[in-house]
Amino acid sequence: MGWENWIINTFSRSLAYGTPLLLGTLGEIYAERSGVLNLGVEGMMIMGAYSAFTTTYLTKNPWLGILVAGIIGGIFSLIHAFTSITLKANQIVSGLSLTMLGLGLSGVLGRGWEGKPLASTIPKVTITPLSHLPLLGPILFQEQNLIVYFTIISVPLLWYILFRTRIGITIRAVGENPATADSMGINVSRVRYICVLLGGILAGISGGYLSVVYRPAWTEGMTAGMGWIVIALTIFAFWNPVNGMLGAFLFAALYHLSFRLQPYVSPELLKAMPYAMAIIVLIFVSRGTLQKRIGAPAALSLPYTRGED
Amino acid sequence: MTSSKGLEFKIEERSGVSQGRILCISVLAILFALVIAGLFFQLFGVSALKAYRLIFSGSLGSSFGLAETLRRAIPLLLCGVGLTIAFRALFWNIGAEGQLLMGAVAATGIALFSEIPAPLLLPAMFLGGFIGGALWGLIPAVLKVTLGVNEVITTLMMNYMSIYLVEWLIHGPWKGPSARGFAYSETFPPSAWLPTITGTRIHWPTLVLGLILSVLMYILIIYTKSGLEIRIMGENPEAARYAGINSLKVTLLAMFISGGLAGLAGVGEIAGIHQRLLGPTHISMGYGYTAVIVAWLARRNPLAVIFTSLFFGLLITGGDVIKVSLGLPSQLINVFNGLILFFLIGSEFFLHYRISLLSRR
Repeated sequence: MGWENWIINTFSRSLAYGTPLLLGTLGEIYAERSGVLNLGVEGMMIMGAYSAFTTTYLTKNPWLGILVAGIIGGIFSLIHAFTSITLKANQIVSGLSLTMLGLGLSGVLGRGWEGKPLASTIPKVTITPLSHLPLLGPILFQEQNLIVYFTIISVPLLWYILFRTRIGITIRAVGENPATADSMGINVSRVRYICVLLGGILAGISGGYLSVVYRPAWTEGMTAGMGWIVIALTIFAFWNPVNGMLGAFLFAALYHLSFRLQPYVSPELLKAMPYAMAIIVLIFVSRGTLQKRIGAPAALSLPYTRGED
Repeated sequence: MTSSKGLEFKIEERSGVSQGRILCISVLAILFALVIAGLFFQLFGVSALKAYRLIFSGSLGSSFGLAETLRRAIPLLLCGVGLTIAFRALFWNIGAEGQLLMGAVAATGIALFSEIPAPLLLPAMFLGGFIGGALWGLIPAVLKVTLGVNEVITTLMMNYMSIYLVEWLIHGPWKGPSARGFAYSETFPPSAWLPTITGTRIHWPTLVLGLILSVLMYILIIYTKSGLEIRIMGENPEAARYAGINSLKVTLLAMFISGGLAGLAGVGEIAGIHQRLLGPTHISMGYGYTAVIVAWLARRNPLAVIFTSLFFGLLITGGDVIKVSLGLPSQLINVFNGLILFFLIGSEFFLHYRISLLSRR
């Protein structure tokens, strides 16, 4: 039974660690599909983590904490939306400054919150009949967090909206060819604002999950580059929510497996693993896509001005 | 055209932008950022005016403050000049932090384990540091040009990797036997120490190197064929392809320089200030990230980096002062950085577009 427990343990933890990655990736997929590259995910996540932790600590209501995290993430994303959509600023630099701002602000505000215990967290649930299934039961239905389920359920929903509804066509049209979308009467700016906002809300919730559920604690800079891994996963997923889910959980599984090397590899080098893995993953999907950026929205990171082209 | 509440605005693209206008708008952007940052001081119960007075008097009002401003500016100058070259080629190098650390690692290896005689040791460390940073910078360049891997992510990920590499070295193979309980390398032999201006931490050879390189890089980018190729590739990749410019060669050159200069900054920090390899956050404290703003504020002009790096040297020093005297958290400097960068790129709108009020409806 040893190996079976081992598999259950690894996969179950991968779901828990992959969930914040997935949340962030889903949001970034929507933002980028509408043509806006937001490199501020790390900043929005850490602000979400900070605000969720403090809210939960003060109100003892973790759901309120997650809600506030989503709102703060959303507000933060609007800064990027304003500079990159309305002011047509360089999206790479704007996103980068959002990350700097988020890391700095959460570090300043979060001083004094480190090491405080959180009395309440979002409950784990066991779905009794299904949890008796061999292997899958304990992995998927035993002691998993509610947010994990909400996130997984949102994947087919977000996929359906993006690829099977009018809303999705509109979003993709804006990201592929904003001039044509504009001539069809679509408000390009508004669509982009909404998609960036959705990305911010999901990134905020992702951070909130980290500080209220996954740890649960607040430490400065606790997102530790997860926001950047989200950007990598978005490319890996070819801007598709379903691929995003596969990518996030695959990445999380590899992350946990790398810790099995603990007896053989020094802890400092093990900590460098996820970042090396993100690069390797990108190398694999980038092969041969150089000439045709398969799947990438054609107008990604290009500001739109009416009357150009 | 945009209309709101009966007012009608006209937004037109400007054709040319004068240097004076760039300067004026940049200064305004910084002022706005400082005003917003001032609100944070109020949030902490500190008068913004008092905080700014402390920042400026602490960094400019004493010889100690001035010296600290200057020594903080040195790594920003080297990293910033390098980044102007990468950014000119539209290569988004966010990895100066890691390239700086790799320069420090290479220089430490030479200082501690090579048999190079005294007068040549420091030049060898600078050379090694340049190569260390350059090689670390070339990896994402090769990955981008040959495989199309997004360089923002690779350079960032490699920052984290270099941080843990340094951690591993100082906890493991390079841990100094005399550094009991602390994660340091052995202290360098005195022949590997950079001279400083007496009574300060200004390691002047690195400063001189930075000033010379900013002039050289200005000449390179404006007056040489390679510089022209870098600029064409950055401004119009399509035209570069038609002109037969080898994008691999140009990107590699830009990143060789950009990574190498960041590597030199790393050599300066450890040979000039710490004299040993130590924790990555003690070596750099984010110079590589701040240098992105330094280069952007300089509008990617290597000569202007001399001034913008001094300005951020001032801010870092001022940040230290208010940390000590007002007990404010040190991360405040990141809030400054983020805000300044935001206002800076937001203000570019006003460089390129003209907004005029048309008439009432």
